[in-house]
Amino acid sequence: MSLTDVFTRSRSPRPQGRRPRLSESAITPATVVSALILLIAIAWALFPGLFTHFDPNDGGDTPALLPPSLEHWFGTDQTGRDAFTRVVYGASQSLLAALVAVGVGLVVGTAIGLIAGTRKGWLDDVLMRLIDVLLSIPAILLSLSIVVVLGFGTINAAIAVGITAIAQFARLARSQAVQINTSDFVAAAYGSGGTFGSVLVRHILPNSISPVLSLAVLQIGSAILQISTLGFLGYGTPPPTPEWGLIIAEGRNFVATAWWLTVFPGIVVMAIVLATHQIGNTLRKVTS
Amino acid sequence: MILDIRYLALRLGQAILVLLLAFTAAFILLSLIPGDGVTARFADPALGLSPDQIAQIREATGADDSWITRYLLSLSGFLTGDFGYSVQTGAAVSTIIAAALPSTAVLAASGFVTAVVLAVIIAVLATSGPAAGPLSWIRRILDSVPSLFISIPVFWLGILLIQVFSFQLGFVSVVNPGPAEALVLPTLTVAVPLSAPIAQVLIRSITEVQASGFVKVTAAKGASQTWLLVHTVARNAVLPGLTIIGLVFGELVAGAVVTETVFGRNGIGLITAQAVTHRDNPILLAVVVIATFGYVIINLVVDLLYPVIDVRLRTKRSAASANKALRTHDEPTRRALTASAASVGVDLDWAQTPGDTESKGRES
Amino acid sequence: MTESPLLRIDGLTVDYSRRGGPTAPAVSELDLVVRPGSMTAVVGESGSGKSTTANAVIGLLPSAAQVTAGRIHLGDVDLSRLGAAGWRGMRGAQIGYVPQDPGASLNPLQTVGKSVAEALRIHSRAGRVEARRQVIELLERVGIDQPEKRADQFPHELSGGMRQRVLIAAAIALRPRLLIADEPTSALDVTVQKQVLDLLDELRAETGMGILFITHDLAVAGERADEVLVMQAGRVVESGQADRIFSRPETEYTSRLLADAPALRTKVCRQTPAEAAGTSARPFVSVDSLTQVFDRTGDQVIGVEDVTFTVDRGTTHGIVGESGSGKTTTGKALAGFLSPQSGHLRIGDVDAADFGRSGRDRARLRQFRRTVQLVHQNPFSALDPKHSIRSTLTEPLRNFRIGDRSSRPRLVAEIMDRVALPQDFLERRPAELSGGQLQRVAIARALIVEPELVVFDEAVSALDVTVQAQILTLLDQLQRESDLTYVFITHDLAVVRQIADTVSVMSRGHLVESGGTEQIFAHPATEYTRALLDAIPTPVALSVGAQETGSRPSSPTLLTTAAES
Repeated sequence: MSLTDVFTRSRSPRPQGRRPRLSESAITPATVVSALILLIAIAWALFPGLFTHFDPNDGGDTPALLPPSLEHWFGTDQTGRDAFTRVVYGASQSLLAALVAVGVGLVVGTAIGLIAGTRKGWLDDVLMRLIDVLLSIPAILLSLSIVVVLGFGTINAAIAVGITAIAQFARLARSQAVQINTSDFVAAAYGSGGTFGSVLVRHILPNSISPVLSLAVLQIGSAILQISTLGFLGYGTPPPTPEWGLIIAEGRNFVATAWWLTVFPGIVVMAIVLATHQIGNTLRKVTS
Repeated sequence: MILDIRYLALRLGQAILVLLLAFTAAFILLSLIPGDGVTARFADPALGLSPDQIAQIREATGADDSWITRYLLSLSGFLTGDFGYSVQTGAAVSTIIAAALPSTAVLAASGFVTAVVLAVIIAVLATSGPAAGPLSWIRRILDSVPSLFISIPVFWLGILLIQVFSFQLGFVSVVNPGPAEALVLPTLTVAVPLSAPIAQVLIRSITEVQASGFVKVTAAKGASQTWLLVHTVARNAVLPGLTIIGLVFGELVAGAVVTETVFGRNGIGLITAQAVTHRDNPILLAVVVIATFGYVIINLVVDLLYPVIDVRLRTKRSAASANKALRTHDEPTRRALTASAASVGVDLDWAQTPGDTESKGRES
Repeated sequence: MTESPLLRIDGLTVDYSRRGGPTAPAVSELDLVVRPGSMTAVVGESGSGKSTTANAVIGLLPSAAQVTAGRIHLGDVDLSRLGAAGWRGMRGAQIGYVPQDPGASLNPLQTVGKSVAEALRIHSRAGRVEARRQVIELLERVGIDQPEKRADQFPHELSGGMRQRVLIAAAIALRPRLLIADEPTSALDVTVQKQVLDLLDELRAETGMGILFITHDLAVAGERADEVLVMQAGRVVESGQADRIFSRPETEYTSRLLADAPALRTKVCRQTPAEAAGTSARPFVSVDSLTQVFDRTGDQVIGVEDVTFTVDRGTTHGIVGESGSGKTTTGKALAGFLSPQSGHLRIGDVDAADFGRSGRDRARLRQFRRTVQLVHQNPFSALDPKHSIRSTLTEPLRNFRIGDRSSRPRLVAEIMDRVALPQDFLERRPAELSGGQLQRVAIARALIVEPELVVFDEAVSALDVTVQAQILTLLDQLQRESDLTYVFITHDLAVVRQIADTVSVMSRGHLVESGGTEQIFAHPATEYTRALLDAIPTPVALSVGAQETGSRPSSPTLLTTAAES
């Protein structure tokens, strides 16, 4: 909830004592489906064995490049591994990496933003110029440069993507903090004898955090995409560990004869990213 | 006088500062931290170089100098267009980049123009349909198109487009296509995800403008829907669009890197991917600095163009300066923030100037 | 009533469709007429359905709203049967519309000339050159100086009053028969309001157009309208000739509105506690050449310059002024939220102007804030939406270490009683309370630390009149109970008159005059104060001495008489 909501509310006073009903306006069928998709993806990441009995890394004597069937939903790849199984096992890599990335961005970015927004003066200027720099280097080049330094791998790719997200979080957190900091209720809190620390913790942080959190949910989707892009280019998880970008990259070589190896994993990635967007938007509407 | 000289100088100074800092950051990341690139590469016994020869190379590349000397050397090199030498091939980085740049520029330009056209079409259709009633689903579907577009993995889209349009349907020949023909699918691959944030911002700004008082007043003068869109809404709604155009430059670069890799087009993107694979840091450093330069220039142009379109920024605001204490962002940062937040669906409405609040209290 | 009405509304009902089931209609069974050359005012508090009525007449209801019953006739045309094309022909040409907020109602990227010409262009009545000529004429007609130059300016270069004139010029460009004015002066300062209302009167007399005037301000309606409709919760409570409604209201609601509206009320008998106490000659608050200049253009100072006044303990001091007069800056300096560039602010024994940034000064400032509390204008933004009322009220106790864990709930309960709020509100959040209730909470938060001085910054301006009256009564009562000193900042002269013992009038950052309330109201010493008083709208029926000639009585007559009574 932001100050602006307070303004809008004052302009069109709501009948007293009535809270907006969240359930009826925000929870649409699309949100329910999105939540289901995300739950399934999380379950894949945590308990992949529940969803498939194949080995993700060893096809055994299964024929290669089988088309989709009831036995092999997404078909089999060039070494006879079940493609669906690889997608299921890939969830843990991709989701973990996305969480690490967003975590890095959220924690570092919000801290920078809050400090800059509440402590004005030179510190604000310095921090914000640094954020400008971070923002001006195109994200993919920045993450590639970081990956080159850190070395290829899932977590390194995640950290690289996370660093590119810092700027967004910092700017949003700062603007929120600045806005809340100039609001009447913060002035009133100082008037009630509040100190800088107590006002920051009790009023500024709680009121500025929810847009930042909905940005975090939205960023999970784009982090999944960026990490799979790094994986596709070959800088993420090394084979044979399944990772979504890598799975698509491998399937690409057989796209003319075995299109399913590319199409199905891609649809899965798209559905999950779309679901995080939907959930993020719903959260945003509910919290504001 | 439309452009304030002081504003121009300030913006220009900021742009140069950001560029310098970005160069420094990239230099630290790609040149200092990795340490001694020469030894790593040439000490390999398989190359059979004598210690003397290595020492010679070291001297020629300045590997033994202190970091500050290397930094200044590198900086002056970049200012004069000398980006150093590729670790992998030994060729001058400037030559490699000069050869690859035109193809990428063409792809980026066509992808960008297509994305803008696509975004405008989506935004206009999504905001002009009926908001309620039996046909409102059309609007809701169009409204979610940006979300869909932004969720598509670019590399996957490229693969699918090749598969469907080249192999299955044969619309675009795979073997020896003409230059224009070869551009069609890569352009689409770049444009579709790129159009999403632009469309998102336009939808938001059009909706916002439509709800504003002056649109109602114009409607009360008897204006038709078309009149409203063309004369009243369009110009006001395009302003945030201008800002997001500067900000999506990063996405454009990402799109180019991935698309060139998927389509095997020779260009900056492909070079970058190869440089990462071979840890060819000088090339990477040059690409980073050039791309950052592009970003900074485009956003500088947007900033300078803004007062030309938004008349409110032209006059000196003597009255507004009283609120300086409360105006905590400079105008461009404020716009950039709002637009980038809107492009990912976060609302960042700003409290109006304090003067407004005072009169607000009196409205019923 | 021989004249056939220009606009006739019969049994209009407008419903808002909401997803959460059926709700009460926004407007129900409304009947209304506007006669040519006359003004019908629709008066009501916020949410009474008055703006919905205006929107229905011009066919611009929001998409969720629908006219479910009733007829609207303009002359012989049945507006409720018009299609989209028919409406387009009607709007602008037959019906003009003047909106509420002049700030947001002009296209910011279009010159005002183009905005005024828009109706001409839309209805293809004039080419470019001809339109330009007419625009200049229109701008001149609505009293804009240098129309040639103004026509090429953009809205942000004009003042609020000027923008409202431009909007009127645009609305009358095609000489419509009916003009709908939806709160056209609510966002304007009182002197500007008078000019705009005068302009509407002139235009009406000149062109014979009828005006449907929507307002929340009874005084304006009473002063200007021929017929008045009072609305409450979507229904017409009372309607009839303006003078009849103001002299003999038939319903209790209207009587209450009349009684609560401060502009209509004569001076409440206030006992000045200071007189009774007869304390030392030294004033409790003394402000001495306070200066905080943010910017200056000509004689307009943004901020304040050289402001001096004193307030005795236990009295109320009003600071009045129009927007930009520096009254809020003064209030902030008093409450210690701003260290002035120069001057002194002594409250009790503390000089609020010399708090530095050192740790000791900060501790002293905190202690000082316990003695001086500030109540903000907008109760919706002054309370943290994330905190319950209990937590909001407990916070100052914890910060100032008042009471302990066991006694604080009792203190909180006591203060809720004092501001007359039920105890079960304590667990609610600000979003669940109305504006008036929130303002009571804000007052409670200020009083719970037992301050000696309370600064109210437009503290009742955002509230409807009835709520405003209740809060003012409450403040009066609290002052008498605890010997509080108030500084009351407002743009509303009527409110000041009602609550203040002494008054400072401010304009453009300077103090114009200062003195006892009745002294200033009865014998204003400066031209500015006189103009300010003169601009207060006065309903015809209430004017003392009832000058039947039709010319409006000047306000000082009323005020002087009232002061003597």
